[in-house]
Amino acid sequence: MGEKLLEMRHVTKRFGKLIANRNVDLDLERGEVHALLGENGAGKTTLMNCLYGIYAPEEGEILLNGEPLKLSGPKDAIAHNIGMVHQHFMLVPPLTVLQNIVLGQECKITPMDLSKARTKVEDLCERYHLQLDLDEKVADLSVGAQQRVELIKALYRGADILILDEPTAVLTPPEVEGLFDILHQFVAQGKSIIIISHKLWEVKRISDRVTVLRSGEAVSTVFTKDVEQEDLAAMMVGKRVTLEYDKAPVTSQKDILELKDVSAKSGQNASSLKNVSLHIREGEVLGVAGVDGNGQLELSEVIMGLRPIQSGSVRYRGEDITQVSTRRRIESGFAHIPEERMTQGLVMNFTLSENMILNCYDKPPFTVHHLFDSKKMKANGEKLVEDYDVRPRTPEALARSLSGGNQQKVIIAREFSQDPQLVVAVQPTRGLDIGASDFVHQKLLGQKAKGAGVLLISADLDEVLAVSDRVIVINEGEIMGEFVPGEIDYAEIGLMMGGTRRTVKKEGELA
Amino acid sequence: MLDIITGFLEATLRMACPIMLASLGALFTARSGIINFAMEGIMITGAFFGVYGSYLTGSPWLGALLGMAGGLAASLILGIMSITVKVDQVVAGTGVNVLFLGLTSYFCTVLYPNGQPSSVNAFQSVVVPGLSSIPVIGVFFRQNLLTYITFLLVPVIWYLLNKTTFGLCLRSVGEQPHAADSLGIHVDRMRYIAIILAGLLGGLGGAALSLGQVSCFIENMTSGRGYVAWSAVTVGKYSPIGIMGASILFGGAEAVQLRLQAMGIEIPQQFFQMLPYVLTMVVLAGVVGRTVGPKAIGKPFVKGER
Repeated sequence: MGEKLLEMRHVTKRFGKLIANRNVDLDLERGEVHALLGENGAGKTTLMNCLYGIYAPEEGEILLNGEPLKLSGPKDAIAHNIGMVHQHFMLVPPLTVLQNIVLGQECKITPMDLSKARTKVEDLCERYHLQLDLDEKVADLSVGAQQRVELIKALYRGADILILDEPTAVLTPPEVEGLFDILHQFVAQGKSIIIISHKLWEVKRISDRVTVLRSGEAVSTVFTKDVEQEDLAAMMVGKRVTLEYDKAPVTSQKDILELKDVSAKSGQNASSLKNVSLHIREGEVLGVAGVDGNGQLELSEVIMGLRPIQSGSVRYRGEDITQVSTRRRIESGFAHIPEERMTQGLVMNFTLSENMILNCYDKPPFTVHHLFDSKKMKANGEKLVEDYDVRPRTPEALARSLSGGNQQKVIIAREFSQDPQLVVAVQPTRGLDIGASDFVHQKLLGQKAKGAGVLLISADLDEVLAVSDRVIVINEGEIMGEFVPGEIDYAEIGLMMGGTRRTVKKEGELA
Repeated sequence: MLDIITGFLEATLRMACPIMLASLGALFTARSGIINFAMEGIMITGAFFGVYGSYLTGSPWLGALLGMAGGLAASLILGIMSITVKVDQVVAGTGVNVLFLGLTSYFCTVLYPNGQPSSVNAFQSVVVPGLSSIPVIGVFFRQNLLTYITFLLVPVIWYLLNKTTFGLCLRSVGEQPHAADSLGIHVDRMRYIAIILAGLLGGLGGAALSLGQVSCFIENMTSGRGYVAWSAVTVGKYSPIGIMGASILFGGAEAVQLRLQAMGIEIPQQFFQMLPYVLTMVVLAGVVGRTVGPKAIGKPFVKGER
């Protein structure tokens, strides 16, 4: 460390009237991991796209080894040994790993000879201890392995500077650890890394220095070891945020929802549910912790009636609803915040007003005597964008034009405006920044305060612990155990998430 | 009996050849991400200019060359519309078909001041000595040169698509154009190359129809073969070998249809003429099932947009 490898000076990038980056300075030293921290829309990716040649900044300059760098496209960046792994992988699924790595290097009608490339890639894999089957199709790889392909692709093109855009967003916790190990090896061998993130713990774990971006401006650059997560959070959002919530204790003994020995078949990649039993009381938030893809999605679908169950029963306020349709469940007070905002939560080409009545368009006041009243819909839209702080405040805007956080607000506005009795929230803050996550949490707790039962399914353990009254851990479709936040430590929760069943101890023996 | 089988095989090969050529051309566009609905227009143009070229020069080969040039012109219109202007590819393709169906009829009256001659010099069968006298199988060795070329193109194109870096680039453009772009591949350029190849092969397919089967041009003589060629791409699961099979199947249906018509059965001939098209639907729905095409097919590529 110490040698200044790359400098971005006074970089400004505009899109029409919008200023995505304003006068940003950033420097990268050889052999460091430099984190670029900021909320969604802070301009992190735009800045890196300038560095990778995808965008041309209007003002400012980029210096590589002290020399000004002119980039007219990614090809130039690659030629200067800058590599980027995009958030959405740039891979061609039907091609093999090796073909993906060499793609674009040449385009000839002479017989393709990949033996040289194969040797080079194998050497790289060995050097950085990466495991990859070069002849497997990328489509058949796990997300973590696909990311390794992207990393090798950049290295194969001679990257000394690696830009990683939110590399952990799509990874499971073990895969994240794997990635961090790989990055450490890169740095140890003299590579320099810029990592984009909005996760504080991640920045704290992996980086040597952090540059915080807020609304397109660089707030400050600090040594990671000198700051705490709270300080970073404050720099990022501009105000102190609490990661703890005040929760009223659960007083009611009445169960809103009860699952008894429910088994269900799963989709392709996740585990099926096996004899799952759980109950949620009035005014209680039940958290479901676990590594993604362990049956959480199936659990939410079973409760919403979207997935048939093979055995067991679902009871709502004591009544058996196992065979009741999704629509009837919604009418009786179920609210659903689905995992996939864009495909399940919203109709992207509908306006906000339209999206906000998808669950009740055929009921009064919107439909009276089989006649639909679009004025009522508009009034409802105007009220809800105000109440739920949706930006922009235009109910006529299309859902697709909104940022992720505001899209989630639209879904929550729709679901919660019907005064639900039971809320099923699946990964409700995935991809959202701190401000928006906090908003979602407050709204969930608001429903709890009104006496609704809330099922919070999340792969973000901190979120589950902060919001829930009680937590169950799921692994391969089975419940591994139950605890109250604060009762046991991370290590024990980690064991449960990994598949160790919690041995129930007597009261007083805990912790 | 042997004669019937031989005759049937002969007709099958003759009918399959134009469809296979056009289909192989359309395969390039498909793999690069373009729906080639213009094949009908490309073929009819090739058919017309093939005859016209032969009429002008007396050589069916020079005629075929002119036919290819005509096909190229028609194809380039599809290319400009779908790659540069980025309009809906099906609409653009249909437009090309309607345009060239009309244009070729118009050229027929304008370019032949004294009316079209009833026949021009067409392709002649090349008889392979010895092999051609084997019963039944012998038909494979007394076809015109174009048929041999067509079958030879199958492994050549397979090799080009699967074993060369050109093929790799072309396929990546049809699957994930943004990934290809991020690696410095010129997406639009690759698609234009595909369009050019489709125009040349489709034009040749048209010439194979007019110069290989009848030695004259008849208005709307392709009568849907361009669409059949495109379905052969789907039925053939986007592979040259599959396309060969599908084309032979359609050629066979055509041959059966002709036989049935000739037998004078008391059924309106239109029902027999439907056969290849009904077969297309049956095969698509029943035998082949769901085929998964290139992921980016039909989607115009806009840089920087996901």
